[in-house]
Amino acid sequence: MTMGTLFLAESLGSSLDAYARGAYPNETCGLLLGLNSGRERLVAQVREARNLNVERAQDRFELDPQDFLAADREARAAGLDVVGIWHTHPDHPAQPSATDRAGAWPEWSYVILSVSRDGVKEVRSWRLNGDDFEEETIRS
Amino acid sequence: MTTVTVRIPTPLRAYTRGADEVRAQGATVAEALRALGTACDGLLTRVLTPEGEPRQFVNIYLGSRNVRALRGMETPVNEGDVISIVPAVAGGSA
Repeated sequence: MTMGTLFLAESLGSSLDAYARGAYPNETCGLLLGLNSGRERLVAQVREARNLNVERAQDRFELDPQDFLAADREARAAGLDVVGIWHTHPDHPAQPSATDRAGAWPEWSYVILSVSRDGVKEVRSWRLNGDDFEEETIRS
Repeated sequence: MTTVTVRIPTPLRAYTRGADEVRAQGATVAEALRALGTACDGLLTRVLTPEGEPRQFVNIYLGSRNVRALRGMETPVNEGDVISIVPAVAGGSA
């Protein structure tokens, strides 16, 4: 049994796919705006954000807080919330790393896209449960 | 007293009984956040160091400016200002 379900429409998944391929071989990141309903979460909009970690852009990201603030403002104006974060793992599996765990916040969904030169290989979503990430189901 | 609105990000709403924003009074960012801490038990230790500065993984914004680029926690606030607690978001494949 997984922690919950993340509803991500196909069109939004395609946007994430395009961001991931566009940034390859670097990591890119962004925000998921949507609504919570118990264990289910609906993503209504996605945003790409600037990766401030230029030195290690191939295996690290640091989401520009200015982009967070802008997305948060837009979300509130639309009656939505920032419900999660997405980022890419170029040439690595879509599983949270120790670095991801160290930087993670509770309550949010963390969508990870594994991307290679040939495109996005795998998309998985995770949520913190205590100190550990647990996978949640993605449905379109 | 000056009243400001403090915007609370989802990961910290467990400390505000789910509220996405809370009103607080104070003449500076530090005073407003201290007032918030009194109303919301446990919140301040997630946001500020024991010395009262923003934690490493937290940014405090006044309007659209990081308070680090202003006068820090001692930045004065005006009636109706919005303070945002912005979680630092970082990670990566390695």
